[in-house]
Amino acid sequence: MASSWRIKKELLAHKLVSLASTLPAWLIVIMFFGLLLKARPLLLSQSLGHLLFSSQWSPFKGEFGFWPFIMGTIWVTMIALVVAAPLSLLVAIFLSEYAKPKIREMARPMIDLLAGLPSVIYGVWGILIIVPLVGRFLAHLCGVSSSGYSVLAGGLVLAVMILPTITHVILEVFRVIPQAVREASLSLGATRWETVKLVVLREGAPGILAAFVLGVSRALGETMAVLMVVGNVVRVPRSFFDGGYPLPALIANNYGEMMSVPLYDSALMLAAAILFILVIIFNFLARLVLWRIERRRT
Amino acid sequence: MKWRYLEEKVFQGLMIAATLLAALVLLIILGTILFKGAKALSLEMLFRLPKGGYYLGREGGILNAIVGSLQLAGGATLLALTISLPIVFYLNYFTRPRSLWPIITRFSLDVLWGVPSIVYGAFGFLLMTWLDLKASLLLGIITLAFLEIPIMGRAMDEVFKLVPRDLLDASFSLGATRWETAWKVVLRQTLPGIVTAILIAFGRAIGDAASVLLTAGYTDNLTTSLFQPVASLPLAIFFQLGTPYPEVQQRAYAAAIILTLIILAVSFVSRRIARHYSRHLVL
Amino acid sequence: MNLARFRPHISLKNLNVYYGNLRVLKDITLDIPDRQITVILGPSGCGKTTLLKTLNRLLDFVEGVRIEGQVLVDGEDIYAPGIEVTRIRKKMGLLSQRPQVLPMSIYDNVAYGPRIHGLKDKKKLDELVERYLRIAGLWDEVKDRLREPAGRLSLGQQQRLCLARGLAVEPEIILGDEPTSALDPQSSQNVERCLVSLKSQYTVLLVTHILRQARRIADYIVFLYLGEIVEHGPAEQVLNNPLDPRTKAYLSGEIS
Repeated sequence: MASSWRIKKELLAHKLVSLASTLPAWLIVIMFFGLLLKARPLLLSQSLGHLLFSSQWSPFKGEFGFWPFIMGTIWVTMIALVVAAPLSLLVAIFLSEYAKPKIREMARPMIDLLAGLPSVIYGVWGILIIVPLVGRFLAHLCGVSSSGYSVLAGGLVLAVMILPTITHVILEVFRVIPQAVREASLSLGATRWETVKLVVLREGAPGILAAFVLGVSRALGETMAVLMVVGNVVRVPRSFFDGGYPLPALIANNYGEMMSVPLYDSALMLAAAILFILVIIFNFLARLVLWRIERRRT
Repeated sequence: MKWRYLEEKVFQGLMIAATLLAALVLLIILGTILFKGAKALSLEMLFRLPKGGYYLGREGGILNAIVGSLQLAGGATLLALTISLPIVFYLNYFTRPRSLWPIITRFSLDVLWGVPSIVYGAFGFLLMTWLDLKASLLLGIITLAFLEIPIMGRAMDEVFKLVPRDLLDASFSLGATRWETAWKVVLRQTLPGIVTAILIAFGRAIGDAASVLLTAGYTDNLTTSLFQPVASLPLAIFFQLGTPYPEVQQRAYAAAIILTLIILAVSFVSRRIARHYSRHLVL
Repeated sequence: MNLARFRPHISLKNLNVYYGNLRVLKDITLDIPDRQITVILGPSGCGKTTLLKTLNRLLDFVEGVRIEGQVLVDGEDIYAPGIEVTRIRKKMGLLSQRPQVLPMSIYDNVAYGPRIHGLKDKKKLDELVERYLRIAGLWDEVKDRLREPAGRLSLGQQQRLCLARGLAVEPEIILGDEPTSALDPQSSQNVERCLVSLKSQYTVLLVTHILRQARRIADYIVFLYLGEIVEHGPAEQVLNNPLDPRTKAYLSGEIS
């Protein structure tokens, strides 16, 4: 009897965990089609090409051109990546290959802490430090006038946010590269830097790429921190000092009014869907590249 | 010939500069927020609700937001745990790793992990219309749980993968079923890792604003039912910064200190647990 | 046999190595003869690997290590301040326990050292790669797949590739840290043969705990036990007429 109860429990458990395991996949499907379903009225009323590439945005007249928001997203994300990628790589190389173990052990919790700080905190800090820095200092330096609330400020705040995340992943990548590979290079008379450049970076390339992808997908969807410093102006940014309006900020700023204007709710759900698709495409491409690199190696 | 050494020196300099810069930024972040918020931080802020005219600079505190955030993140973490624990059990003990479903599930977790919280927020809003709910604690918990599942699931999956095969075989060879092995042996072995995963997910949830903004609403009172709207710390910071009154803005900085302290405490505790319990593990 | 006819290539003088408070090498004084195969024999954990890493200064990267005493290579103290470490390392090729190929093609593995040390000429590199792959006895096996990742070779081939790679920087000394321990018997024999053929031009210093390997290839034997040199001398003498009881015990298999 006891034994048959045990077997029943096992079978029941099997059923339950199998069911649970399908949930993530379902969540993706339901989320995707749910957002599209909600966006359907808008998609039916205007062509997708027009929606994506038009710059006209006036919800009260029923004009929904997403181009400024898409460009705003791309601007802040690119700025963040260009700033954070080399910095985090340098920090990771220093901590993993040059720093004394004591410093490395001190740095790890710091990095984790920075990676875990809420985005609102970064936003607050962005308003206090980055916006004035951009508006009063960098803009003057470049001879333009700017309030500071700009895609550059958004990008810099994002860069600071994704820096610890990227550094953390690269450190993990470097840690699994066997010490013996480094010794092999050193024993041939290579300097430490040559060993890093020719061996460690090469061996770690797929992992480093993955770290950058992670940083970018975090930057793409980051809402509050960016919203607080980017200016939220509906136009395609032309320079670093222009204000912008990334997609996540669009959703967060206007959800309150979306039920009162026709098609507005459809538009915001479409914005979420675009963001969702961007992230998925990006992850997919990255995975493809990684897979190819891995295959070429072994 | 000497170029080699020069190159090394140049890059070493760059690395040190980058690391110092990063450290400086960390100090500035914590420093500015402490400096700006310390003046407004008081016991009254911690233990009182906002009174009438609070947002104009009158009396009151943000107890509603503190309690609300704990309710939201706590509920979401509990819900996410009950869903993601079976998922990782399945991935590691109830299926062969090279078959199709675990690959799909792991890939889905990876994708979900990268989905921005504002998208979860939008989806939560969809649920609201489908289920005919209002912005409420329940909806906030559900949305945050979706956000937490991939974080928790992936972290626990990594922990479970580290369980030595021999330990499992030992349990199986005593006649234990997979469920018994997972529940009695693996869970004990991986407990510190699981607790760490839970705390990481909790930290992410309590700091997240974008998803809560669309689903949980806001209130100046304490929330006593799942169907009432609920306040949260990140939104308290956001809204108070949005007012034109310096006194209220200062309270936003103070609230930021409180949120940072909670995150610090969570990360400190999870580190402690990881370090303390890892001594008793079979490796 | 007379020791005086050996010219020392490496001389260790009162060498002590500490990991923290632990003394792992104790007062090592030793001359390693030029163009001979010197085998450092001893049970695992006796400090053999540490001794090798002291010689090419790879120990520099290990935290908490302190080194006292002198290591002279060609009469030059390699721990003297201001010495160019990369030049010292270039003098010595290292074969590690597991073959450690670099994450690049077979060709690039061999060309890695020469390129670092400034050789850019494509033709010269081609010649060099071929020459050293031939010496390592690998050329015929890989000549058609030089651009393939080195990781695709078998372990035995990888170890010979490592040998070719080490030789390509034109060292004077070859250090082997149990270079056959990860290999199958056939590959081990190949590597051993290579080493024997190399001793006319190179000083070979080999660490091993395989007694039979020592019997097969050693000219000179150093027996290391618990961080101390117990006995050293020409191979026949140490292997056949050991003086110290500990050496006797080791040779008869009582300690291992």
